[in-house]
Order: sequence, then C-alpha cells, then structure tokens
Amino acid sequence: MACEEWRKKLDGYVDGELPPAEAAMLGAHLRGCAGCAADVLERVQLKRSVHVAGKRYEPSVELRSKITKSIAARSPGRIARRWEFVLIPALVLLVAAFLLNSYLEREQASRQRVYSELADLHVTTMASATLVDVVSSDRHTVKPWFQGKIPFTFNLPELPGSEFSLVGGRVAYLEQTPGAHLIYQIRKHEISVFIFPDRDGEMRSLPTEVSHAVSFNVETWTQNGLRYFVVGDASVEDIVALSKLLRDAG
Amino acid sequence: MSFEDLALPLFDQLYNFAHWLTQDKTEAEDLVQETYAKALRGFSSFQAGTNFRAWIYRILRNSFLSSRTGLKTTVVLEEEGGEGLPAVNTTPESLLIEQANREMVQQALAELPLPFREILLLCEVEEMSYQEIAETLAIPMGTVMSRLFRARQAMRSVLREKIDGGRHGV
Repeated sequence: MACEEWRKKLDGYVDGELPPAEAAMLGAHLRGCAGCAADVLERVQLKRSVHVAGKRYEPSVELRSKITKSIAARSPGRIARRWEFVLIPALVLLVAAFLLNSYLEREQASRQRVYSELADLHVTTMASATLVDVVSSDRHTVKPWFQGKIPFTFNLPELPGSEFSLVGGRVAYLEQTPGAHLIYQIRKHEISVFIFPDRDGEMRSLPTEVSHAVSFNVETWTQNGLRYFVVGDASVEDIVALSKLLRDAG
Repeated sequence: MSFEDLALPLFDQLYNFAHWLTQDKTEAEDLVQETYAKALRGFSSFQAGTNFRAWIYRILRNSFLSSRTGLKTTVVLEEEGGEGLPAVNTTPESLLIEQANREMVQQALAELPLPFREILLLCEVEEMSYQEIAETLAIPMGTVMSRLFRARQAMRSVLREKIDGGRHGV
C-alpha cells in the first residue's frame, strides 16, 4: 500500500481504532517509512499536547459537596423508597402472619385447654359417687343453692314437655374461677352445663358452634357476661336443643 | 450499579468538559448541576449495560446547547463526509507542536469552533472511542472521523498562527 493510502489511516492508528491486523501492517510500514513515521510522531505529539492542556479546569470543593449531597439526598432515597415499596409491606405481612399464627396457636391451645378441663370435670363428675351436690330437678331449688357459692347468678330454663331433666348442680372451677356445673339428663345421657363469668370477654374467641372436642360434643356461647359450655356424649341435636333452652332462659 | 456509583467518578471530567464548553466557571457549575439533576431524574430510562459515560456527556452537551451561551456559540459545520479523508503531509507541523507550550495549546483549543473543540476534548482528554463519541454527539462514526480530522487540522492552523505571531512579536 502506498504512503498516501496509509496516511488516511494514521489518525485511526494513533487513536487505536484500526483493526489489529491493519494496525500491525501499518506498524510494519512505519518501520520502513520515515515520512509516515514522522507524520505519526506529529499526531501523537498533538494528541499528547491536547490531552495535557485539556485537563485544565477543576471543580470547586463547594460544587463537589453540593453535587454529592444532592445525589445522596435523592439517589439513596430513591433506592430506599424502591425497597420500601417492596420490603416494608413484605415485612408487615410477615410480622402480621407471624402474629396471627401465634395468636391462632395460642387461641387453639387455650381452647383446647379449656375443653380438656371441662371434659375432665364432666368425666370426673360422671365417675363420682356423688354426681351433684344439690340433687333436684327443680330449677327453683338448684339456682338458689348456688347463692354465695359463685360470684354471679343465672337463669335456668323450664323443662316441661322436654326430654331433658335437671339432675342437680355443683360448684366447678375453671382456671381458678368458680362457676356453676349443672347436670342434665336425656335418654340416660348426662350432659354437663358449665356457666362461668366471662371476664373481659376473654372466652369470646371460643367458637359458638357445636364442636366435637376431646371426645365430647361441646357447644359454647357467651350471654349476659356469662360463658356457657354444654358438654356431653349426647348427640349433636340434643346438645343443640339443650343449648337453645338455656339461651332462651338466659 | 447505583447512579451514585456510575456518576460521581465522572464528576471531575464532566466539570472540565463543561468549563471548556461554557468558558465560564459559574456557567460550568450550573451546567454540571443541571446535568446531574437531569441524569438523576432520567436514570430510570438509562438502559443498564449501555454506555453510561456517553449517556451523561450527551445530557451535559444537550443542556449546554440549549442554554443561552450554547445557543449563541453553536456553529453549523459544512456538510461532513465520512469517507475520503484528505491525505495531508503534516510533517512540518511536528516541529510546531514541539514549540507549543501548554498555555498556547489551551488558548488554541479555546479558540476552536465548538464542534472541533468538543470532539478533540472527547477524543484526546476523555479518551473516548469513536463509538462513544458518536453516541455522545449523536453523529455517525464516519462523521466522527472526518470531524476529528478537521478539528486537528484546525488546531494545527491556530497553533501555527500563534507561534508565527509570537515570532513576529519578538
């Protein structure tokens, strides 16, 4: 290639923009061509001069500080806000899920504990030689018997025409709280009715529907500040029927 | 990478480039601040993996061109061809460059028309590749090469005048 052709490529050569093969060929040409070599030298000198002279202005410390602060104020904030959109709701959900789970577990445990205690009371009573402390089918006898023994009063239903009969009553304790334990009978099935004060509504989380817990059918509800539990091995229908009678009376 | 990681290391160079464009300290500072503000706002539109340096230099240059000073200094160049760069023997200039001191080169650079000054700064000071320059100035590669050639010729010409003027002045 003639020098004239090579000289068209000298800028690309000194700027490092020629393909490697072409740069190598030009390099070989330069070793044998003083004219082109001088031309390259001049271009390199000009490049170097402009490179040095061009680095002329330095920003002030104040400007640097201003720019840095403005970026720090907005950029990380933006990033943080981006994270906030994702992270904070996620954390809130996570914590909420954890709390809900813990709460449900606690409630479940508490419910299970209450049912277990009541089931124990029911079974113990059924197994006892003295089923009740006050033996009477008359609610007007049973209810006054509890006066002074428990810190509340309650109403009992009339049972004429119903298959249920009142056997009697005794004082029972649930979590150190005294309450009324009434025994009803239906077709040789004894059903325990427990009535406890529902302080601060702490028993409200217990389900009101009939549930089959600890081998017995249990229905429970809160009425006039009292928590009722109807526990027995009678059928669900009987448990529901007795519960309705008690509700209506309460 | 965050905006901070990409943009802050370019601060010194961006300011230098801005000062060369505006030829004024206060305007350069305003221009750099405006550039960072615009870049920060538009960072979400910056495509990761593309050339951030070319992107932010383009923002700076466009901001300058739309500024009061930029509008006044814009020079429309004659149509530039990408191919067929003239082959010139510049050997006599070799001695000339040797004689030019730093201050003289700075003066010559400052006197160049804006399109020549900026392309020389991007190539020689910022050491951008032709591709980066093409992206920054939004011109084709061929135009980069031809404009660079003409800018260097113009630089030589101004330097020659200065050196000749200096000789005559002695």
